[in-house]
Amino acid sequence: MHLTPEATLEESGEWLGLVLAPDQAKSCLSRLRHAPEIEMDYLFCLTGVDWKTHFSLVYHLSSTQHRQTMVVKVKLDREQPEMDTVSDIWRTAEFHEREAYDLFGIRFRSHPDLRRLFLTEDWIGWPLRKDYEDPVNMIKL
Amino acid sequence: MFSLESISHFIHAWLYHHFSPLAALSLELAIIGLAAILWFALLGLVLVLMERKVSAYMQIRRGPNRVGPGGVLQTVADTLKLVVKEGLTPTGADKFLFNLAPILVIIISMLVLAPIPFARGFQIWDINIGVLYVSAVSSLSIIGILMAGWASNNKYSLLGAMRSGAQIVSYELSAGLSILTIVVLTGSLRISEIIDSQKDGWWIFKGHIPALIAFAIFIIAVTAETNRAPFDLAEAESELTAGFHTEYSGMKFALFFLAEYVNIFLVCSIGAILFLGGWMPLHFGHWATFNHFMDYLPSSIWFLGKTFGLIFLIMWFRWTFPRLRVDQLLTLEWKYLLPISLINLLVMTVISMEGWHF
Amino acid sequence: MLEEIGTTEKGEWVINLGPQHPSTHGVLHLLITLSGETIQKVEPHLGYIHRSIEKMCESLSYRQFIYVTSRMDYLSSHINNHGCALCVEKGLQVEVPPRAQVIRVLMDELTRLASHQLWWGALGMDIGALTPFFHAFRERETINEIMEETCGARLTMNYMVPGGVMADIHPNFQHRVKQFIAFFRTKIDEYDELLSDNFIFLRRMQGVGYLSREDAISYGCTGPTARGSDLSCDIRKLYPYEVYDRLSFVEVIETGGDCHARYRVRLQEMRQSLSILDQLIDNIPEGDFQAKTKAVLKLPKGEFYSRVETARGEFGVYIISEGGTTPYRIKFRSPGFSNLSALDHMSRGHKIGDLVAIMGTLDLVIPDIDR
Repeated sequence: MHLTPEATLEESGEWLGLVLAPDQAKSCLSRLRHAPEIEMDYLFCLTGVDWKTHFSLVYHLSSTQHRQTMVVKVKLDREQPEMDTVSDIWRTAEFHEREAYDLFGIRFRSHPDLRRLFLTEDWIGWPLRKDYEDPVNMIKL
Repeated sequence: MFSLESISHFIHAWLYHHFSPLAALSLELAIIGLAAILWFALLGLVLVLMERKVSAYMQIRRGPNRVGPGGVLQTVADTLKLVVKEGLTPTGADKFLFNLAPILVIIISMLVLAPIPFARGFQIWDINIGVLYVSAVSSLSIIGILMAGWASNNKYSLLGAMRSGAQIVSYELSAGLSILTIVVLTGSLRISEIIDSQKDGWWIFKGHIPALIAFAIFIIAVTAETNRAPFDLAEAESELTAGFHTEYSGMKFALFFLAEYVNIFLVCSIGAILFLGGWMPLHFGHWATFNHFMDYLPSSIWFLGKTFGLIFLIMWFRWTFPRLRVDQLLTLEWKYLLPISLINLLVMTVISMEGWHF
Repeated sequence: MLEEIGTTEKGEWVINLGPQHPSTHGVLHLLITLSGETIQKVEPHLGYIHRSIEKMCESLSYRQFIYVTSRMDYLSSHINNHGCALCVEKGLQVEVPPRAQVIRVLMDELTRLASHQLWWGALGMDIGALTPFFHAFRERETINEIMEETCGARLTMNYMVPGGVMADIHPNFQHRVKQFIAFFRTKIDEYDELLSDNFIFLRRMQGVGYLSREDAISYGCTGPTARGSDLSCDIRKLYPYEVYDRLSFVEVIETGGDCHARYRVRLQEMRQSLSILDQLIDNIPEGDFQAKTKAVLKLPKGEFYSRVETARGEFGVYIISEGGTTPYRIKFRSPGFSNLSALDHMSRGHKIGDLVAIMGTLDLVIPDIDR
């Protein structure tokens, strides 16, 4: 699409998908939000996924005006997963990004209040990573 | 038939016959004090049970029905429980004030009991400024509440006590003005004269419209004064604070609890005296046979019936209306009830002077 | 930033509401910064009932993980299970037989009614009217009994399976639901009489907790919370599933944006649910109640997203599968999560009593948020 030249298109799912690199992701998402012909103003799901070699963040966006849905995926480095926050574009991202930070350890730059959401402040480790070990609480089947 | 008046006369005469005047007087005072305490205890028992049963039937359930036949011994069980509970005093609390507050509140309630006539001629003290006395002494209870909130050394108790204090002080004005409306009609502050003047009909009928307005305002004001719903945010469970009596447990809490229900009885009895004729049976002007027929019921039954009718009304309010927010409560008083009561008083004065009442 | 209990430098109080509190509908811990009686900031602390359901589901099979979601939003348990079953069916590409579709929709609407009834009773209780609670539960009991007869449980009914429903409806089901519809039609007018027109209630709810349409979109609010702010987001209308495209019902939208608008939305939704039940109860098609699926389910490699409309809003199930018997990653998009993020914005400048009213109309269920 002419709006997002740096993205790779992915049509495997039921909705149009874009794959972005982390440094261009924020500007691209911002363009998706503000461009009048797309106007993706509703972020309804922000998921973090651990692919063992890298992380990825999945943004599910939809437009209340044009009734379209699309998926944006951002590939992040495994050792130092960092991404710009989108909470200034969609206010709902504040909580979603805190959850991603809490469970995966993905840092969001310029987030207004990045701290753990569900777990206690002094918890060590990122539980939803595939290599998370907790011999006391986890039972491996 | 033995009337309460004849019993009291009999005891009075017997004491003065057998003892020296000083001893007779002190014995009489002792008997009255004992009777007042017993009446309070009985009242607490009955009112708490009544509240629970009334609320239950309004909520499609039965209420206490296991302890005693039909649940009548429930309050006895509750009182026993409260008595044997551990009485905790929080650290840092002002011990003297903390212990004084519930006692003060109960003493004030007992003082207000003095001029209330339970039957024809059965009154502890028929002071010539009866109504003024009641109004003044009942306002003293706010000191007890503030004392309790302050002495608890608890942010939330203080918040609750301040809210409660603001509420009570504001609504006293409206209550006082409604009382004044009836005093203007009667021309006297003495309670026995007020009741006597209702010999040919209760003031709520004779005073027609202004008296009805005054009655409505009076009922709203006393519901707010006794911290009952819909004005009970000082003790609301689903708000932050649990009220000024959060830190109290055991017997001291029981005293606060008792004082609340006794206060309801007292303000309802004042309402019954002023607007509904106290112990005076329902008379209509000069319909002699009707009046004579109404006189067959003893006056104490009339008085208690009216008072408990008003108590039922106040309990009905609690289970029907949602709660008001604190600023809405104060707005209601200062912007609506107070101007209406002032104008009503003016109208009533004019009516009374021109004789436009029945 | 992090607030501590006590007094801030500006002389404001920071106090706790919860986690054990009669009106937080679950274990929600709020740190409220007050200046006098006016709220300056509300900060929710979550995690008191975090059970790491998403991690747990990575080791459960595709048949097993569905029932964990009943414990998430336990008041819309059927609908949550439905969402999961739909996602798995999308991956397996099985077709659900028409009888099962209709039964699923019937159960969904009954659950929605039960959830709204409980919401109404709890809202009354929070505002201070203690009697509606008993009325609401009396009606809810009827639905619970119907559920118990068919599904075997009253709260967490594990009834949906990928492909249909677990067992056929009880022979009494139709008759009892018809009785219930007739009974509840009169009761819902009683609800209006008891609470909606009460002038104290109106004073407590109108003008309180305003949420504009732009804010509702930005905060990702869904369900009756968003529909009270003029945002059309009913999944049953926008992305119909099962038989919803063949039913005639109205998506209830109010433009007020305050607590009273959200209240009216839910009351109207109860009426719409009754009308849906009415349309379906006599027309349950004959046939199978479950499509034939393999004993061990394996979803192909890929990702699947399905959404349903629970009583609180959009519930999304996002499954990423690597071809095995257990999902690689599951994400549950819960409606309460985004609705809660708008709480701070809505309650600034109001009093504590208003905060209770706002939380009541947001209809939060904390296990849904915490997962």
